[in-house]
Amino acid sequence: MNLRATGIIFRRELQTYVRSPMGYIVAAVVLLLDGVFFYATALGPEAGERLSGLVLAGFFYNASGLTAVAAVALSIRLIAEERQTGTQLLLDTSPVRDWEIVLGKFLSALAFLSAITVATLYIPLLILVNGKIAVGHILIGYLGLVLLGSAVLSIGVFATSVTRHQLVAAAIAAVITGVMFLFWELSQIVGPPLSRVFAAFAIHGRHFAGFLSGLLHLRDVVYYLAVTYFFLFAATKVMEAKRWE
Amino acid sequence: MVQLTDVTKYYGRKRALGPVSFEIDRGDTVGFLGLNGVGKTTLLRILACGLRPSSGTVTIDGLDVLRDPHEVRKRVGYLPELPPVYGDMPVSDYLTFVGLLKGMSREQVARRVPEVEEYARISEVRDMPTRTLSQGYRQRVGVAQAIIHEPDLLILDEPTHDLDPVQIMEMRGMIRALKDHHTILISSHILPEISETCDRLLILNDGEIVASGSEAELSERLMMSRRMAVTVRAGAGAAQTPEAVITGVEGVTRVERAGAAGRGDGDDAGPATYRVEGAADLRATVCRALVEAGHDVIALNRAERELERVFVGLVGGAKS
Repeated sequence: MNLRATGIIFRRELQTYVRSPMGYIVAAVVLLLDGVFFYATALGPEAGERLSGLVLAGFFYNASGLTAVAAVALSIRLIAEERQTGTQLLLDTSPVRDWEIVLGKFLSALAFLSAITVATLYIPLLILVNGKIAVGHILIGYLGLVLLGSAVLSIGVFATSVTRHQLVAAAIAAVITGVMFLFWELSQIVGPPLSRVFAAFAIHGRHFAGFLSGLLHLRDVVYYLAVTYFFLFAATKVMEAKRWE
Repeated sequence: MVQLTDVTKYYGRKRALGPVSFEIDRGDTVGFLGLNGVGKTTLLRILACGLRPSSGTVTIDGLDVLRDPHEVRKRVGYLPELPPVYGDMPVSDYLTFVGLLKGMSREQVARRVPEVEEYARISEVRDMPTRTLSQGYRQRVGVAQAIIHEPDLLILDEPTHDLDPVQIMEMRGMIRALKDHHTILISSHILPEISETCDRLLILNDGEIVASGSEAELSERLMMSRRMAVTVRAGAGAAQTPEAVITGVEGVTRVERAGAAGRGDGDDAGPATYRVEGAADLRATVCRALVEAGHDVIALNRAERELERVFVGLVGGAKS
C-alpha cells in the first residue's frame, strides 16, 4: 500500500483547516462550550459534591456530544467544496486513487479534531490535581472521544461525497449520526431481540459507556473502527462512481 | 499520440458526443471549434481521463484510457475552462501540491516550480493566495499547473475564457511557445483564437465532427465560392473601368465596390477597393487582367474572415 498521495492530500487539507477561519471557529466553539459545561456541572454554584471519577465521566459525556457536532462541521466541506469550486477535476484527472483521496481527507480532519480534543486536556488535569482519578481513566476517555470523532467524521466524509452542496452534506451527516445516537434510546424502549440490535449499532450509549468510566473494551474499539471503515469504504465507492461521470 | 474510435458519450438518454473518430499526431496543435454546448468540453474531459466514454475506444500514447487511466493521467496536462485552483493556497504551494499529485518527486517539484512560474510569468505573485489573483493571473496559474509535470499531451479548454484583449494576446503567445514541447489540444467557440495558434482544426457541431483540416484545407474544401479584396488605382488611359475589367474575368460571379481607399472615386484619382467573388481562386487572373487593361493593382488579398464564414456556415447553418 503506497500512502504517498494520501500524505500529500492530508497535508493540503490540514493546511486548509489552519488557514481558514472555519477551523478556528469550530475549535473556539468546542473549547468554549467544553469549558462552560464543565463549569456548570462541576464548578458552578449548582454543581454539588460528586466523586472525581463521576465529574470526569460527566466531562467526557458532554465532550462526546460536542466532538460529534464538531466532526460533522469539519467534514462536510471535504469533498463537496471540491465539487463546488471545480478543484475536484484536478484530483479526478491526477494519477491518484479514490481511496487515497478519501483517506487523506479523513485523516486530516481526524488530526485537526484530535488537536481540538487534546486542547481540552486542562479540564481532566484540573480534576486530577484537585481530585482522585486514574491517568488511565483520562487516556481511555480521550481514546473514546477520538474513536467517536473518527466514526462521525467518516459519516461526514460519506455525506460530503454524495453531494456538491455542503448544507445538504451537513443534513445527511446529521441525520445519519442522529439516528445512530437514537438507536441507544430505542434499545431502551423496544424489547428483545430488536433492543439488542439497536444497542449493538448505537454510536453512543453501550459502546461509549466504557470510555466514560475508564473501562476499555475491545468490542467498543472494534465497533468504532468498523463504523469508520464502513463509511469510508462507502465514500470511496461513491467517489469511484462519480469520478468518471 | 491520440486515437479515438467511435467514441460516444450519453448523459442518460441524451447524446452529448459522437460518434467521433480521429487521430492526432505527436507534436500537433489541434483546435476544437464549435458553439457552446456542442460537446467540446465533454470530448476534452474524456481525453483528460475525467469522464468515461459511453462507447468506443480512446488511446493516448498507446494506452487505453479505461485500462490504464493513471498512466494516461501522468502523460496529460489539463486546464479546464475554470482553472482548478485552491483559493486559500499561495501559488507556489499550489504548484508544489499539483506536482506531487502528478507523481513528481520533491526534488523534481523543487526544480520545476520556479521554471513554470517564470514561464507563465507568475513569479511576482508566487506567495499570494490564488483567490486574490485576477482572472488573467489565475488562468496563467492554470496553465502552469497543467504543464508542471511536463506532459506529452496538453489539453486547454477555452484557455482565453474571460480574459481581456491584452491577456488574450499573452495567452496566445504562451500557447505558441508551448507548441515546441507538447502535443496541444485547444477548444474554443471563437475562431480567431484557434486559427491563430493551431495547425489543424476539428469543427464540432451537435456532438459530431463536421469538418477537419488546416485553415487552408478547410477553406479550399468548404468554400463554395472564394472571396478576395483587390485595391486598384485606375489607369488614366484605360479603356475599361476596373470594375468592368474584373467583371469580365472568367469565373468571377460578383464584384462589389467596397469604397474608395484613397481620396478619389477610383475611376481616375485614388485607389478603390473591390470585393470579388468567384468559383475558384482567381487572384492571379484578376491581377493580370487589370494590369493588361492599364490599371495599377495596389493590393490583392483573400477576404478577411474567410474561414469564419466557413465556420458559421457549418455550425450556424446546421443550427438554423
